[in-house]
Amino acid sequence: MTSAIVVSGLHKSYGSTHALDGLDLDVATGEVHGFLGPNGAGKSTTIRVLLGLLRGDEGDVSLLGGDPWHDAAKLHRRLAYVPGDVNLWPNLTGGEVIDLLGRLRGGLDSKKRDDLLRRFDLDPTKKGRTYSKGNRQKVALVAALASDVELLILDEPTSGLDPLMEEVFRQCIEEERQHDRTVLLSSHILSEVEALCDRISIIRRGKVVETGTLSDLRHLTRTSIQAELAGTVNGLAQLPGVHDLDVEGNRVRCEVDTAQLDAVMRQLSASGIKSLVAQPPTLEELFLRHYEDDVAAEPEAALR
Amino acid sequence: MNDFVGTGTLVRLALRRDRILIPVWIVVFVITAAGSAQASIDLYPDVQSRIEAARTSNASPALVSLYGRIFDETSLGELSLFKLTAFGAVLVGLLAAMLVVRHTRTEEEAGRLELLSAGVVGRYAALAAALIVSSGTVVLIGLLSALALIGVGLPASGSLAFGLLWASAGLSFAGVGALTAQLTEGARTANGFTGIVLGVSYVLRAIGDSSADGKSEWVSWLSPIGWSQQIRAYAGDRFVVVLVPLAFMAVLVAASMALIRRRDVGAGLVRPRPGPATAAPSLRSPLALAWRLHRGSLYGWGFAFLLLGLLVGNIASNVDGFVTSDSAREMVEKLGGVNGITDAFLATEMGMVGLLASAFGIQAALRLRSEETALRAEPLLATGVSRAQWVGSHVLVALFGTAVLILVAGLGSGISSGASLGNMGHQVPRMLAAAAVQLPAIWLVTGLVVVLFGFAPKLVTGAWVLFGIFLLIGQFGSIFDLPQSVMNLSPYGHTPRLPGGDFSVAPVIWLTAIAAGLTGAGFAGFRRRDVG
Repeated sequence: MTSAIVVSGLHKSYGSTHALDGLDLDVATGEVHGFLGPNGAGKSTTIRVLLGLLRGDEGDVSLLGGDPWHDAAKLHRRLAYVPGDVNLWPNLTGGEVIDLLGRLRGGLDSKKRDDLLRRFDLDPTKKGRTYSKGNRQKVALVAALASDVELLILDEPTSGLDPLMEEVFRQCIEEERQHDRTVLLSSHILSEVEALCDRISIIRRGKVVETGTLSDLRHLTRTSIQAELAGTVNGLAQLPGVHDLDVEGNRVRCEVDTAQLDAVMRQLSASGIKSLVAQPPTLEELFLRHYEDDVAAEPEAALR
Repeated sequence: MNDFVGTGTLVRLALRRDRILIPVWIVVFVITAAGSAQASIDLYPDVQSRIEAARTSNASPALVSLYGRIFDETSLGELSLFKLTAFGAVLVGLLAAMLVVRHTRTEEEAGRLELLSAGVVGRYAALAAALIVSSGTVVLIGLLSALALIGVGLPASGSLAFGLLWASAGLSFAGVGALTAQLTEGARTANGFTGIVLGVSYVLRAIGDSSADGKSEWVSWLSPIGWSQQIRAYAGDRFVVVLVPLAFMAVLVAASMALIRRRDVGAGLVRPRPGPATAAPSLRSPLALAWRLHRGSLYGWGFAFLLLGLLVGNIASNVDGFVTSDSAREMVEKLGGVNGITDAFLATEMGMVGLLASAFGIQAALRLRSEETALRAEPLLATGVSRAQWVGSHVLVALFGTAVLILVAGLGSGISSGASLGNMGHQVPRMLAAAAVQLPAIWLVTGLVVVLFGFAPKLVTGAWVLFGIFLLIGQFGSIFDLPQSVMNLSPYGHTPRLPGGDFSVAPVIWLTAIAAGLTGAGFAGFRRRDVG
């Protein structure tokens, strides 16, 4: 399997702030890759380096087999980019911007363009300054999705879209996946990433701290178990990998390291299971686990 | 009164944001007034020398249309400051109007005013705050300038009248800014309208002041700049004239408030209409986009430059009417007869037109930076457009636009002066050549913008400061008796004086070479730096 994007040991600082601190990223050709992290973690900086808009201080970056800084214009014909903050020219209509950006990339599928305009319910005759934030976002999305390119780089593309439009966006990305297009989807919306992405990289303070498929990542975390038993529980607390154990008569709640699930289930069934609820970890929990330190450091942002 | 709630807070916000801009402008105006007066006092020690200088100036149509008439030939104060009367009024007016737009429409367009309006802020608060800040600034400029002039040794009453003259121009244009800010959704267009009103005001008073036999003097009274001049500082001190600009401002502010009452936040008077759903086939390159973004303003400027050219040519053909006194006639003979003085006038005016055209070039090239900071460059540079192509698109429009403007003005002046002198076939090519030689200096100043954009993007608006310095050197360098080495810093000083003067090809070539070098360096700088 080839890689559309390979980044290794990327550093970028602005004055004294380290935006990227040795970032590694690998996006395989044909996959939808989630790039997950809170605001300010370095997602947009990484994407700007990938687009050759910023020059990395250190590290190697390869995009579609080329160097994004030196071959910028050549590589850009093969990709489409949707910025997180879309600003349009005040006196150009949305339709004009879509056509212009498409042509500058080297071609637009006009049938697809019309289809997307209809699906996103976007009026292309309005002038740039009269669009709302969500509609500006749609202009950039239509321009990108209607272009015939190998790679889509989307930086928080659904910010400002309503839930209905988010659904349309998900369908569109699903279709892109079926056409074997590579997608790098930066987001902080966990459900979106969970629903769309083959693989995920979690970025934290300029570094990728976790990469893999959702199930890979789940494996690293805990499943939550709720059970009602026939008899009393015994020996559960002594088992490795059991956390937050809470016993109330015959009711048991606990968090179990996914690797130790089998041993815990045997122990429970020994007492006779009357009912059982097992929940896989949500992406949210995965995510929070990596950010717990940050959250703890900021009392106002405490989540519980 | 509820409609004005929050004005005080907004005034403080505006002062906080402009805490550097406003004091710098005040100091610049005060120093320019005092410095210019001081230099002239030493230059004209006795009444006789003043009368001579005033008569010479009044006899020159170039000077009269540029600066206005000297009403009292014996007045030291007027002679010292007449160059700063209309000119300074334009600049104070520009500052006042831009301050108002900056704190009203610019905020509204950016959506920040909406954020404030959701709090306890009345409907008129933003406009009131902007007007208070703007009026306060120009009144302070007037007052401090008056004190400085008294300090230099000029009569107190005249000095106060002069300060009032500047401030009243500022008040008039604060009103203009208030109104233009209501008309469109874009601050850029609002400033454009203000510029047009300023230009028309300046030209109207030029027509009135330079009317040969005084027949069309009333035209000056149609212009806010004219009203300021009619206060006649140091030549009668007609303080009561200030009522005209005050009434003008009051009417415009009332009109602006009426418009605010009728419109929604964020909307202009002119409702935007739907445009085409698809782009024209030609909109397929960065250059096509740049042309699309600049063309409206270029059409406007082009029309203004054609009028300006026609006007200049027309005044030039009336030169004879100015030469009324014997001493003036004698001076004209020295300068090479009526033809010589016509040419001298046209050459001076062409230099001025060149300065104005540079302003378009600077503004067009600065679009690079505003596109970048507005995040509109990023999506373009993420397509197949290279950095050089993108920078080139705006630079090309700036260079082409300035060439069009100056040549249109040259053509206009050639046609109108040729028509009345009866030698159009001779005059049109001469004026086109006189226009064309301005280009290297204009392009050099555009190149300064590009080089700053490439290497020090945060300082790019410093190009206006450099332009201002060149302008001051050209206009006031000789008054201040600056050394030649300083005078040489201004590219405009090296432009051959055409028509009538000697044409040497050397300065044209090296000015062009420097312009090309600066522009090329700017391209290279931008290729190496981060975007955003």
